[in-house]
Amino acid sequence: MAVGPRAIEAAGFPGLGRFARVREWWEQEHVFGYGLILPALLLIVCLVAYPFSMAIYFSLSDYWVGSPGTFIGLQNFRDILGNEIFHQTVYNSFVFTSIAVVFKTVLGLWLAMLLFRTLRFKRLIRGAVLLPWVIPTALSTLAWWWMFDSLYSVVNWTAIRLGIVAPPGPNWLGVTGYAMSAVIAVNVWRGLPFFAVIVLAGLVSIPREYYEAAEVDGASSWGRFRHVTLPLLKPVLAVVILFSTIFTFADFNIVQVLTRGGPVNTTHLFATLAYQQGLVGGNLGQGAAISLFLFPMLAAVVFIQLRYIRKD
Amino acid sequence: MQVGARTRGARIRSAIFGYANIVPFVFFALFPFYYMVITSLKNDTELYNLKAVPFLIQTGVITDHYHYLFFKTDFWTWMKNSLIISVTATAISLVIAILAGYSLARLRFAGVNSFGTAVFITYLVPPTLLFLPLSQVVVWLGISDTIWALIVTYPTFLVPFSTWLLMGYFRTIPREVEECALVDGASRMQTLRKIVLPMAVPGIVCVTLFGFTLTWNEFTYALTFVSQTANKTAVVGVTADLIRGDIYYWGSLMAGAVVASVPIVVVYVLFLDYYVSGLTAGAVKG
Repeated sequence: MAVGPRAIEAAGFPGLGRFARVREWWEQEHVFGYGLILPALLLIVCLVAYPFSMAIYFSLSDYWVGSPGTFIGLQNFRDILGNEIFHQTVYNSFVFTSIAVVFKTVLGLWLAMLLFRTLRFKRLIRGAVLLPWVIPTALSTLAWWWMFDSLYSVVNWTAIRLGIVAPPGPNWLGVTGYAMSAVIAVNVWRGLPFFAVIVLAGLVSIPREYYEAAEVDGASSWGRFRHVTLPLLKPVLAVVILFSTIFTFADFNIVQVLTRGGPVNTTHLFATLAYQQGLVGGNLGQGAAISLFLFPMLAAVVFIQLRYIRKD
Repeated sequence: MQVGARTRGARIRSAIFGYANIVPFVFFALFPFYYMVITSLKNDTELYNLKAVPFLIQTGVITDHYHYLFFKTDFWTWMKNSLIISVTATAISLVIAILAGYSLARLRFAGVNSFGTAVFITYLVPPTLLFLPLSQVVVWLGISDTIWALIVTYPTFLVPFSTWLLMGYFRTIPREVEECALVDGASRMQTLRKIVLPMAVPGIVCVTLFGFTLTWNEFTYALTFVSQTANKTAVVGVTADLIRGDIYYWGSLMAGAVVASVPIVVVYVLFLDYYVSGLTAGAVKG
């Protein structure tokens, strides 16, 4: 491998010996491999693994902003589990995640199939549809906030003119139930492009012959969808759904901007509640304990990914 | 003849059906942006008039909200901060990810698979799981409340993502090319720099674009680690500082949202195909 340095040494430059030895050592595949991975590894250890262990330590202590706490065992978890707001948050998180992911999956699949069939203005349409995913979520959520305004909501204005609701229309962000639907709507709006684009890639990779064969067999378009498209999309769908589940479950931006967890905590998710308790309220120990509840979901997704999906 | 005509008719019908169905999606996707733009250009009297049609500007386009945003707030400071943070964090992450990605994709050494798995797991960790302890880490590092707090922490989600994406690109480069270079006496680093990197340019462009977008758009850390107005990013500045008490300056708020999105929109329009391919590669190759 190290033809160069050896040639130099052989040519009679003894001063270069040590340099050449270092180089030869560095040129070994495993040394070079570890060397290249070192910066990334350091980063992961110092800024991901270490903070994670600190999150665990915080959650077991009465650590407040500005005052290092003492070890108090599982007290934080006991407090949280006995707390009404936390129960509400657990409920919210599951409602939010399950409904949003179902909508994103169904609409995403439908949108992907429509995109697959559009041939004209293909780039333009794809570009437009993907836009919500690219624009800063916090900023586009501001627009949604304005669209759901209690007095000037454009959604209500339209619904009233169309005779769907009686004036003044629902107070989207101020009333339990409506607020949750609003938050879910924005999440679906933002996450839909992600689903559609990835499922579209899956659709493109399905060989046309399968459809031709199904057509020869006299399968209807629903039959082709059920027996050809869906089974072949399964791996792609599984990956997207897992991805989306974890990032929807851990969402922060939309709720923080739109409702801050209100009204009466009915849209709080783990992340917004942890922010509320840990940073706004200063109780880092309890905040850390709350955010650690995201971990089982993460662990489950990682497990499924590694066990079933990355295998093939 | 009959059959051909029917299939042709069916094809046209199916195309019309497809387009008719895609229109609501396009409308749904674009309406908030349209509404953002027209709100930012409307005068307050019309904006807060319940009788006016909200979809249109009827009493003239005005630029007062932009004027307020540009000259009465710290908007340009936030934009500058965002630019510095995004460019620096993306550049640092790109270098780290190229090295790690190449190592994991190409070299054989003990533990390489475990490292790959570790990167993959980190890739799945949502930022909201770690923001509380990280807020303390930046305090200890003495960079709390500065733009460095974000430059240092953004690589935590950029590096795993970029490494993962680049591994896919590096794997597509034929091994023989590298082996030739090594046999010819090039060092491993030279091979990486002069042979592998030029062949991985699409991947590098992709990672750069995503890095810039993700850091520019980031909200959780930017909101949590920085509270001084002068050090805020554009996204947090607009979201948090343009709202005073119970009175919302909807016009200037929307103006801020529009202008702070412009850099991303420009990059996006220029490199649309890279976004699509990066999105698919990042998620599917996992």
